Amino acid sequence: MANKTEGSSPKAVQLFLRKGSQGILPGLIAVFVAFLVGAILLLVTGYSPLDVYSAMIQGAFGDIFGIGQTLTQATPIIFTGLSFLFASKCGLFNVGAEGQLIVGGFTTALVGISFHGLPIFVHVPLALLAGAVGGGLWGLIPAVLKARLGAHEVITTMMLSYVASYMTSYMVNYPFKAPGWVAQTIMVESSAQLPSILHPTQLSASAFVALVLVFLTHFVLEKTTIGYEIRAVGLNPTAAESGGISIRKSMVLALVISGAIAGIGGAGEVLGVHRRFIDGFSPGYGWDGIAVALVGRLNPVGVVFAAILFGALRSGGMVMTRVTGVPLDIVIMLQAFVILFIAAPMLIRYLMRKRVA
Amino acid sequence: MPSAVEMKGITKRFPGVLANDRIDFAVEKGEIHSLLGENGAGKTVLMSVLYGLYRPDEGKIYVNEEEVEIDSPAKAMKLGIGMVHQHFMLIPSFTVAENIVLGKESTKNRVLLDVDKMLDYTERFCERHKLEVDLKAPVHTLPVGVQQRVEILKALYRGADILILDEPTSVLTPQEVEELFRAIRALKQQGKTVIFISHKLKEVLKISDRVTVLRRGRVVGTTRAEEVSPDELAEMMVGRRVVLAPGKRTAESGKVVLRVEHLGTLDDRRLPALRGVTFEVHASEILGIAGVEGNGQTELVEVLTGLREATEGKIFLDATDITKVSPRKRIERGISHVPEDRHKRGLILDFSLMENLILGGHNSPPFVRGGVRLNFEEISNYAERLIDNYSIKTPSKDALTRHLSGGTQQRVILAREFNRKPCLIVASQPTRGLDVGATEYVRNKLVEMRDQGCAVLLISADLDEILALSDRIAVMYEGMIIAVKDPRKTSEQEIGLLMTGGKSG
Repeated sequence: MANKTEGSSPKAVQLFLRKGSQGILPGLIAVFVAFLVGAILLLVTGYSPLDVYSAMIQGAFGDIFGIGQTLTQATPIIFTGLSFLFASKCGLFNVGAEGQLIVGGFTTALVGISFHGLPIFVHVPLALLAGAVGGGLWGLIPAVLKARLGAHEVITTMMLSYVASYMTSYMVNYPFKAPGWVAQTIMVESSAQLPSILHPTQLSASAFVALVLVFLTHFVLEKTTIGYEIRAVGLNPTAAESGGISIRKSMVLALVISGAIAGIGGAGEVLGVHRRFIDGFSPGYGWDGIAVALVGRLNPVGVVFAAILFGALRSGGMVMTRVTGVPLDIVIMLQAFVILFIAAPMLIRYLMRKRVA
Repeated sequence: MPSAVEMKGITKRFPGVLANDRIDFAVEKGEIHSLLGENGAGKTVLMSVLYGLYRPDEGKIYVNEEEVEIDSPAKAMKLGIGMVHQHFMLIPSFTVAENIVLGKESTKNRVLLDVDKMLDYTERFCERHKLEVDLKAPVHTLPVGVQQRVEILKALYRGADILILDEPTSVLTPQEVEELFRAIRALKQQGKTVIFISHKLKEVLKISDRVTVLRRGRVVGTTRAEEVSPDELAEMMVGRRVVLAPGKRTAESGKVVLRVEHLGTLDDRRLPALRGVTFEVHASEILGIAGVEGNGQTELVEVLTGLREATEGKIFLDATDITKVSPRKRIERGISHVPEDRHKRGLILDFSLMENLILGGHNSPPFVRGGVRLNFEEISNYAERLIDNYSIKTPSKDALTRHLSGGTQQRVILAREFNRKPCLIVASQPTRGLDVGATEYVRNKLVEMRDQGCAVLLISADLDEILALSDRIAVMYEGMIIAVKDPRKTSEQEIGLLMTGGKSG
């Protein structure tokens, strides 16, 4: 029983899971070093790092519109970051937040367009719940495959992301297609829409939902028996088993909750930003979530800050490209550096511990 | 006798710790010299200094009566010093011969490995040192004892005249220990010098010519092995009198708590590990299970605690059939488990001490409030009580369990498992890897629990432990209980013979 499941999480994740690797200082240093290396690269390619960075910061935080865009971009990756974080606490590498977010968005849209005349305080929660159910279902499939057959979740969650993407694409191209050229559903009822909170930007109340989930994630993981069992399985499945904890049950639960969180993220996009399900609405929020969770050191609050950083890179990057003509790829590079410099010290520590041991 | 190694006034500090405090240590050529001390006494640090892994802060080292500076293992090897570590440094998929010559391979035309020459040479080499091993076998297929022999051969192949063995017996079965000792004696006859690091008194007395005892980084004394008793040595090590064989029970054994009938199960390779195991454990009784490791003890413990499925037979706890009951329900019914592998089964090392203390009881009152919410106020009080009652040495209840010493970690497990008021304790290798002080504590606790009316099933590969604690002894061999003996009417020899499948007289 244990053999099939133990040691499933890659060493790298185990490393992140260890306590004592928290605190924001290493994160800040990593960001600083990443920008420093980025500056060197910009210099080498003939741009002025000062100009580029100031355009970027200006774009991301310079005015209300910039801040709104940054937070709008950050919101979905808070959800997917939390999603990755939650499963990782159980030692699971859920790389399928993308698919869970998409499915959650789709089920939400269905509830959003199917019910008429509901009051907003019923319809919105119902639609969000639909997102959680959709995403949770998309987490349940790999969970059952793992618990019953030992199929590795990295493979199944990733594959299911593609299934989710193509399946919903079919749905909005055929059965649920709104009139017109675009592959999308019709608008959700106004009673299901999450209000905008910062005109004229797209920032919606979905950001508040994200913050509530940050708190809930922390609460469930640290203060309840469910979280206790999930963390126990993540850190040492065999000892957890000896303590009467069912490894399978914890893993299934963790993956379902993880999927549900991503699903609510999809719901937030549908109800707050697009007001409908649009084919391909996620530019890879699920994948960004993995990075954000790791940069945030698998700490729910850390995820918020990491997501804002990534959101700022996205929104500031667009302004930077417009103003300075530097290709957007520099932003992707900066993201990569941040991840690299966060991961590197841990890797070094890990290698050093191995030498000493 | 000329001296092989002399270390004078060695001091080694680590941040906050004085690991070696002006240690004088001298080994004569051709002797077997033991370095004895509790965990953390500074034995390994001292030997790491000799092997060039650490530089001493003060002190001088003489090898073959010449002052030397040893700044790397390579330098140590050049001086003829070899070290066999507790954890082997072999390449599992390579053959024995390949491992022995690793780094000094013979070649054809400089690039091609000359396999025949290598085999031929290593064969003669092994014969010369009277160490037999199958040179063509991949190392990972060999038992631990043989792997260790390969490590020794490796060191000899690199020209070691002075061999340091760091806790070599900690991974071996009693039979393998015997073989190791024969090998060590053979090395001595060839004029090699052996430094034997250990915290096991009996072994040290058996193998050594002389013993140097360390305590808290200092030398307590050096003595000839035949001039000292185990009790004296233990006192030197710990600094006070220790009782490793606590008194026999006072109460008569009570009703049957655990009954096992015709139990069978499979091991991880799906081969039968238990075959028709039947026995009973009574209240106020310690039933010791003696046996060479790997004869089904691990599987027996797992079946009893619900971690492995029984393929046949039944388990009764207080006359209730629990064969199909989940691990959690078994804990709730009063089975406590002290696992053989603390790190794998016993503790979640990256949990705080407090979190580990509630493992298993974490979802029952009083730790839970309102269904799923952990009641941290109650948990902290509980943790503090246990830290007090079991004298758990820790900076706080929030300390990471990983950072506690082995003995302390075992106390954490005992505190957690015994404080539940169990009716049955399944204790597997409970003193493995512990030093004398911690061993004494664990044994006394087990006896205390028995005297309070617990049924205790003690599984141990340490025959002394079984003989010292058990009220009855069952001997396990190839997945079967082949004999049950009264410790007052049996001998170490008889049990030892039974353990290896021999018939008793």
